[in-house]
Amino acid sequence: MEQVVAVEVKPVDKKKVKKLWKIALILGVVTLIEFVMAFTLPRGYLLYAGFIGLTIVKAFYIVSEFMHLKHEAKALIWSIMLPTIFVIWLIVALLAEGGSILNALY
Amino acid sequence: MEVTASIEKERKTNLWGGGTSPLKASYGKIMMWFFLLSDAFTFSGLLITYGFLRYSYPAFSGPVSAFKPSVDYWPIPEKIFDAVPFLHGVHLPLLFVGIMTFILILSSVTMVLAVEAGQRMDRKDVTKWMLWTIVGGLAFLGCQAWEWSHFITGTEEGMALSNGVIIHGANLQVNEYGPPLFASLFFFITGFHGTHVASGVLLNVIIFYNVVVGTYDKRGHYEMVEKVGLYWHFVDLVWVFVFTFFYLI
Repeated sequence: MEQVVAVEVKPVDKKKVKKLWKIALILGVVTLIEFVMAFTLPRGYLLYAGFIGLTIVKAFYIVSEFMHLKHEAKALIWSIMLPTIFVIWLIVALLAEGGSILNALY
Repeated sequence: MEVTASIEKERKTNLWGGGTSPLKASYGKIMMWFFLLSDAFTFSGLLITYGFLRYSYPAFSGPVSAFKPSVDYWPIPEKIFDAVPFLHGVHLPLLFVGIMTFILILSSVTMVLAVEAGQRMDRKDVTKWMLWTIVGGLAFLGCQAWEWSHFITGTEEGMALSNGVIIHGANLQVNEYGPPLFASLFFFITGFHGTHVASGVLLNVIIFYNVVVGTYDKRGHYEMVEKVGLYWHFVDLVWVFVFTFFYLI
């Protein structure tokens, strides 16, 4: 029993598609900047801070626009963003631990 | 009559009092978000372990150009990951992994275009963009397979251990690029991400099949494309962090 489904196809939202490609371009350009930074700037905490900052910029665009989180209900945004505080705590705690081990061994 | 009116008023003022949908998203989407949150914790655990172990090893103290791999200090990634297929022996630091990053970003864009087409009920466009997303995922997996085999095979010079034995490449026992832990973390972190990409490609293929046979036209909406899209973007997001913390820093 073949059932034919009538579907109304809406036209392409050119503005929306253009915005998506623009975000892709931003992500690509930010990656290129990271690349250039890796080979031109001296290695050290300043460079690492730059990398982490640019990574957060990329993460923001992916999560807010590609994953559409920016346009969800406020309660959903907070339920996803707030628990990541635990991640920040773990970073601080374990990096401090690693430093202490290094000091104890060498 | 008065009672109904007061209940209506209650619903409007008390968002979490029941009878409403406070998160304004479907059950499946919310559960996908919370699964991804838990997965983000897993990846955070792995990447922070990398940071922890890296911090407990001495860094190479001399200039970058004088770097030689040794088990005594943590390697500088741009000195390790410098090979590109078909360009044997040419020092091209981080170029191949940069190409992999672009492949994954592009496949993320084609995924979001598939989602956009799904919201318009445009089966032809969803089919096209899902296919490109699958191609991107397979290309990334192929690159990773090459990267792994190169890492395992190693260089011609290898590294001489203190007892005179020369080792080539890396596995779970020895590692010519630095401390053995560096190789273990490489296999674990990029392997766990690669597993995610592989299962993402499988999910994309299932969705692609459903789109082609018209399942979502019959259902009346393409929300499954959005849910799998969330997963696929997450895989891209994780790679952004792996790229920074494993390859750049």
